[in-house]
Amino acid sequence: MSGSEQDPGNGRPRLEAHLVVERPRFRLDVELAADAGQVIALLGPNGAGKTTALRALAGLTPLSGGHITLDGRALNSVPVERRPIGVVFQDYLLFPHLSALDNVAFGPRCQGASKHEARRTAGAWLERVGLAEHAAARPRQLSGGQAQRVALARALAVEPRLLLLDEPLAALDAHTRLEIRSRLRRHLGDFDGATILVTHDPLDAMVLADHLVVIENGAVVQQGPPAEVARRPRTDYVARLVGLNLYRGAADEQQVTVGDVIFSVTERIHGPVFIAFPPSAVALFRTRPDGTPRNLWQAAIEGIERHGDNVRVHLEGPIAAAADITPAAVADLDLTAGQQVWAAVKATETHAYPA
Amino acid sequence: MLLAVLGMAFLVLPLAGLLVRAPWSTMPERLAEPQVLEALRLSLVTATIATAVCLVLGVPLAWLLARVSFPGRRLVRALVTIPLVLPPVVGGVALLLVLGRRGLIGQWLESAFGFSLPFTTAGVVVAEAFVAMPFLVISVEGALRAADLRYEEAAATLGASRWVVFRRVTMPLIAPGIVAGAVLCWARALGEFGATITFAGNFPGRTQTMPLAVYLALETEPDAAIVLSLLLLLVSVAILAGLRDRWVTSA
Repeated sequence: MSGSEQDPGNGRPRLEAHLVVERPRFRLDVELAADAGQVIALLGPNGAGKTTALRALAGLTPLSGGHITLDGRALNSVPVERRPIGVVFQDYLLFPHLSALDNVAFGPRCQGASKHEARRTAGAWLERVGLAEHAAARPRQLSGGQAQRVALARALAVEPRLLLLDEPLAALDAHTRLEIRSRLRRHLGDFDGATILVTHDPLDAMVLADHLVVIENGAVVQQGPPAEVARRPRTDYVARLVGLNLYRGAADEQQVTVGDVIFSVTERIHGPVFIAFPPSAVALFRTRPDGTPRNLWQAAIEGIERHGDNVRVHLEGPIAAAADITPAAVADLDLTAGQQVWAAVKATETHAYPA
Repeated sequence: MLLAVLGMAFLVLPLAGLLVRAPWSTMPERLAEPQVLEALRLSLVTATIATAVCLVLGVPLAWLLARVSFPGRRLVRALVTIPLVLPPVVGGVALLLVLGRRGLIGQWLESAFGFSLPFTTAGVVVAEAFVAMPFLVISVEGALRAADLRYEEAAATLGASRWVVFRRVTMPLIAPGIVAGAVLCWARALGEFGATITFAGNFPGRTQTMPLAVYLALETEPDAAIVLSLLLLLVSVAILAGLRDRWVTSA
């Protein structure tokens, strides 16, 4: 059942899709590709079109244009029930009138297995997700985490070539989420087909996916390996997700101009660039610090809030920025909203890359 | 407050009257009379068959009305509910005109199969089903509309065809609605009088159901009418109790 048994060496992507869905006042137009065993996360704010893309792949929402090819076979005109897919829905949608076992056996049964066979397959899958002893339980008797695992087993029991997960962790509380996330990661690792995962949680995406596709307003705004996306965000949304301050500027050698502020950076770079730095790299001063005028600007405090063990200070001014400082520093500086401060960033903590 | 009490009295007193005037001393013999048992058996059998007919035809009709969008759907829904508001006697006359010996379809049935519905037990079933089916259709359609369509989508992604989705997901999900509709339908069929007497006549043992027997007995033997009425009341109360315990309170 592991990826090594399959032949991933044919080089051809398993899934190639160009999804176009037109709605009044909304247009989804994204291209996706996934290799065997690869997990692609569709990340984006609410209403970006992630779930629509997933439904289009499943065949639950008709395409207005484009195509879906899976293992070289066109899926566009294949009805939902004949697509080699498995779907885990956001709230799982386990059939309330069937036991956990019969929920999982439903798919194999539809594929023509005898009742006995289907139940044996289902039993094996429940075993794999660690729920063998809950086989007879009705969905309403299961906890959120258990229901999620049954839903995953149900989707995998049809041996799909394409696994679609819609916010698989969103309905779980923080503690369960941690455990289920690592379980899910293991199961996705064992799965030899392509996986498309929809989420709005960057952590889920980073942990579970090999490749991120960020969607905003129905279009792909950025994609790449999670580490790359986290390090080099290209939109404000992504920057916020990964917790970085992000600006567009013009670079000339080791100097980047963003509006009235000049940053010195370590990269040698020219032309339009993005410059990103973490809020923890921003230091605040009551009076103008001595030294270089670079990486320094005057700002007004827009708001102050707790952020983990630190305090996050939102700054407005020539550039909007977030600064994370210690509660002690807030007390020392006697910071309040509306106050004028000086903000500085170390050159070594900034990161500039072509826009 | 006073009006409410009056209203309640208006609904309850006649039923209490039945109990007060019932010939309790002779009750066992009267209940055992072959005529009574015959009418009761006929009523139960025809109402049950009529309900089965309504289920077979009404559930797909409800599904069509709830799930398939087609031009004229609102009109069809209105037509389907006509028997609900139509005086049953009119229904009986209409059935006679269509299925009677000289009726549009009845004529053809008679000449092609030598088969005639009016004044037969089958005719009773037809009359009862005609009057009772809207109860089932409306109840099942409501349940279908309230059911979460996403379960059906989930079933489709697991490879279930439309029919399998309906049989294994939709039907179980709307089972309470179907049962409630069937029980209402059955109760309506059991009490059916106007359409039955018009279309099927009043032949003891063949088309004389309980309500017809009550009506006839009232003229000749009032005490027997009371006994029969009590029997029907008992059945109604039993249905109500059964419905409440199973479906109304849990809903």
